[in-house]
Amino acid sequence: MQAEAVHSLSRNERNPGVPLTPDWFDHIAVNTPAAERRAATLTTRRTVKKEWQAAWLVNAIRCMDLTTLSGDDTPDRVRRLCAKARQPLADRILVGLGLDRVTTGAVCVYPTMVSTAVKALAGSGIPVASVATGFPAGLMPLNLRLAEILYAVDQGAEEIDIVITRAHVLDGNWSALYDEVAAMREAAGAAHLKAILATGDLKTLRNVYKASMVAMQAGADFIKTSTGKEGVNATLPVSLVMARALRDYGARTGFRIGFKPAGGMKTAKDAIAWQILMKEELGNDWLRPDLFRLGASSMLGDIERQLEHHVTGRYAASSRHALA
Amino acid sequence: MPSVSDILETMDYGPAPEAAGEVLKWLSARGDFGHYINGRFTPPGTTFEVRNPATGDLLARVSQGGEADVAAAVKAARAALPRWSKLSGHDRARHLYALARHIQKRERFLAVLETLDNGKPIRETRDIDVPLVARHLYHHAGWAEMLAEEFPGQGPVGVCGQIIPWNFPLLMLAWKIAPALAAGNTVVLKPAEYTPLTALAFAEICAEVGLPKGVVNIVTGDGATGAALVAADVDKIAFTGSTEVGRAIRKATAGTGKKLTLELGGKSPFIVFADADIDGAVEGVVDAIWFNQGQVCCAGSRILVQEGIAGTFTERLTARLGKLRLGDPLDKSTDIGAIVDPVQLARIRDLVAQGQAEGAVLHQAPCQLPSRGSFFAPGFFTNVAPANIVSEVEIFGPVATLTTFRTPDEAVELANNTRYGLAASVWSENINLALDVAARVKAGVVWVNATNIFDAGAGFGGYRESGFGREGGREGVGEYLSEAPVKAKAESAPVTLETGPVPEAPAGVEPIDRTAKLYIGGAQKRPDSGYSYAVRGKGGVIGLAGLGSRKDIRNAVEAAHKAAGWGRATGHNRAQVLYYLAENLAAREAEFALRLKSAGSPKPAEEVATAIRRAFYYAAQADKFDGAVHATKSAHVTLAMPEPFGVMGIACPTDAPLLGLLSLILPAIAMGNRVVAVPSQNMPLSATDLYQVFDTSDLPGGVVNIVTGPRDDLAKTLAAHDDVAAMWYCGSPEGARMVEAESAGNLKVTWRVQNRDWLGAEGQGRGFLSRATQIKNIWVPYGE
Repeated sequence: MQAEAVHSLSRNERNPGVPLTPDWFDHIAVNTPAAERRAATLTTRRTVKKEWQAAWLVNAIRCMDLTTLSGDDTPDRVRRLCAKARQPLADRILVGLGLDRVTTGAVCVYPTMVSTAVKALAGSGIPVASVATGFPAGLMPLNLRLAEILYAVDQGAEEIDIVITRAHVLDGNWSALYDEVAAMREAAGAAHLKAILATGDLKTLRNVYKASMVAMQAGADFIKTSTGKEGVNATLPVSLVMARALRDYGARTGFRIGFKPAGGMKTAKDAIAWQILMKEELGNDWLRPDLFRLGASSMLGDIERQLEHHVTGRYAASSRHALA
Repeated sequence: MPSVSDILETMDYGPAPEAAGEVLKWLSARGDFGHYINGRFTPPGTTFEVRNPATGDLLARVSQGGEADVAAAVKAARAALPRWSKLSGHDRARHLYALARHIQKRERFLAVLETLDNGKPIRETRDIDVPLVARHLYHHAGWAEMLAEEFPGQGPVGVCGQIIPWNFPLLMLAWKIAPALAAGNTVVLKPAEYTPLTALAFAEICAEVGLPKGVVNIVTGDGATGAALVAADVDKIAFTGSTEVGRAIRKATAGTGKKLTLELGGKSPFIVFADADIDGAVEGVVDAIWFNQGQVCCAGSRILVQEGIAGTFTERLTARLGKLRLGDPLDKSTDIGAIVDPVQLARIRDLVAQGQAEGAVLHQAPCQLPSRGSFFAPGFFTNVAPANIVSEVEIFGPVATLTTFRTPDEAVELANNTRYGLAASVWSENINLALDVAARVKAGVVWVNATNIFDAGAGFGGYRESGFGREGGREGVGEYLSEAPVKAKAESAPVTLETGPVPEAPAGVEPIDRTAKLYIGGAQKRPDSGYSYAVRGKGGVIGLAGLGSRKDIRNAVEAAHKAAGWGRATGHNRAQVLYYLAENLAAREAEFALRLKSAGSPKPAEEVATAIRRAFYYAAQADKFDGAVHATKSAHVTLAMPEPFGVMGIACPTDAPLLGLLSLILPAIAMGNRVVAVPSQNMPLSATDLYQVFDTSDLPGGVVNIVTGPRDDLAKTLAAHDDVAAMWYCGSPEGARMVEAESAGNLKVTWRVQNRDWLGAEGQGRGFLSRATQIKNIWVPYGE
């Protein structure tokens, strides 16, 4: 919110990127114990109860990239997921909450599943996000990775979740990283680019900050923590550092970058925790789907159970809720 | 209540109050409280009201303890002492363990009660205060178990009077009671008048776990009750609170022989270097001065930021300030609760207004204050001159000062530009810089890249006017143990000093007349008074010594301060000097023995030989009496470093003119102190003979300064000197009382040294070294 006072951030303008500017991150200091302390106490300093809890859980659904990224995905499986994205909550729960319609923020699938998802979501306004660039490791020739982006966009994906080459970060080869992401951004065209940093592979929080800043300088619309396939996926300390990086980028350029934690978040409690982090570190604008997405799959089921409990006062059974 | 749709627009947090029903039920069932004496509650006497500072609502009526109540409590504690102190460590450990467990079983009850009584947010009582209370009791159950093995020969002090403040009521109770009980003492505790309720609940828990009656007694009341406890027949006073009251207690206990520990105020620096994690440091400020409404003795209340990052830091700090939520302390999303009492609120308002009037600019959180209750919006000052009242005085509210510095040296200078020395916080990603500053800052606790981290396993306590003594860890247990008693020996009475010519034949004839001057800054100086006094030996006058005065003490202290490099030398370097001193003394052994003989010393040769051995002993200790790494939290190195005080005053016994002096100055300088010593008033010539030994032993000038003359007059000047950090006094009971009373000015650490058989084993030991040092705890969290 402070950034707003300094620059008038334009809400709708996409980040065009800036030339690679290592000065913005070369000397960044991130003290890991300090970041861990902040992350650990975020959720002990804030809580939401009753109606507020219900609203925040509904908001998590609005910001959710409902995801399936498995080797055994099939068109039918994807159609079922899309149906859930259209109607993530049973009617009786919606009525109980006094809401008309809630959908997830997007559906996220592999490139070969995009066309199925686009058809299944026709008319819903729900965008399809596709992973690309040799997800999850990204270790494919650049031309093939760019071709994959073009394919996914051609299939109708409005958002592309790319993975970066972790080696560029580990080697400190920022120009290689910058060039790669800039090329991907160009290939994505009108589709929004979410840069997956695979923070579990980057290991240090300084690396996370630097990779975040390079991805934004190269034109990423979102920065995203993880593929869900690394040993460690979204964590609060990593998210904290990424949020601060995008705050700093906004303060320098005036462009707002979105944030997407992904992987490992399974519970309604996680959904609240990450929203608290967004609100505290960045402000309410980062609680909207244009700037915040939760990459999750099983989390929705837990949220639906919590919301049913809120409506009925009885603890819920997942067998009564439609499968994703 | 807004609908889900409405909230989806605002994304507010909404209310999340912790229920207080169970606690209010307990309060109403208890009615007015009496004192807890000898295992039961007395009928309520004259009562005063205890109110919830967040609402002004009456919570309870509590009895105002008078002298008779205090006396009854002390009597109960005295009666309980023999059995309790003779219980095995294991049996006492069982009791402490039971207390710890019961605290945990009552954790929510105690957290809610504390929040109601004190006004601090439930997040803090629930996540910080009460868990630390349990941790403290567990930790000290351990010390009780191991006491005999870990502290051989030491025993309890006796009945301890304990006076605690209102900012962490139950936690301070635990800090006081746990070590006292572990060491076999019994206690009379007086909680603060604003916040007595958790102490009274603790009394019930003592009964609940079957603690023997009289071991813990709780007398409620105000400052008058505290004063009555200080004056009562107790063996020790442990006080946490304001420096002003601490000073009064120091004076009141002077000469009584009551052991004393004081944990007082602070104005702790929070130093942010340009290479720090700025966001981490900003969050540190939240945990420093915006923790517990700033009512924290060790709060980082003076933020010092390196110039290059001051703009960014201030911007981010302002943004973070804007996120703080002030309001109902029982709400789980509240950061800033109520100030403990309207009186304190008025004090904060006055100081802040005065600071503004003196030119400081206040930046305050834009929060709406509740319509009732004692609340103060958190903030910080910029544009603060060093002489502004808010730079110097502890506000004890949620307002820090923010000033800049240019270099590490300047940061240290600014950090140490205070009468206090409780804590410091240092932020830098450069470990060399951070540890260098941690070593140079005058504070009992230093947190590197962190702040306000506490654990029962580490010592906590201050330098300078922040008090003395430590709580927590091994050093804290030591405060509740008495050393193995020394066999005291009466010293010869100080002689009257004759400053006029003595028309007698000299007792011994020097080949050439010698003039014994003072020894200041490594040079022999004439006394400022221009007088000398006659020193009498066995057969008459054996020489003249300079008649030192206040001005000589002043000069000696200044010279001692200039020799600061001695404290930074390695233990090995200091050992070399001490060995060399022994060597040079040995070379002149016969001469020193002769001098002692002429003075009438009973065992001159043995005295010199023992002095040489003693120099060897402290040379040996110089690089071995070192610190510890405490086991505290995971991924934290917690260093307990013994540091020299700096400049110490030492008043020596009239007997053992050589050995008495060296037995006191050698341990002091071995640890890196510089000393101003007043040698035996009756026979100062053995001391003045040492000047040449010092000169030939590479002892840097100013490390040892010797002022001969009237001991108690000179000791009084030293004890009252604000730039002397510690004072050892060997002499009369009246002199000791005087030294302790005079020391209250800057709250220097004093030690009344019993005159003893200096030739024996009691003349040296680790006890001297621990008296010559203060422990600094440095917390270094790590992790990548």
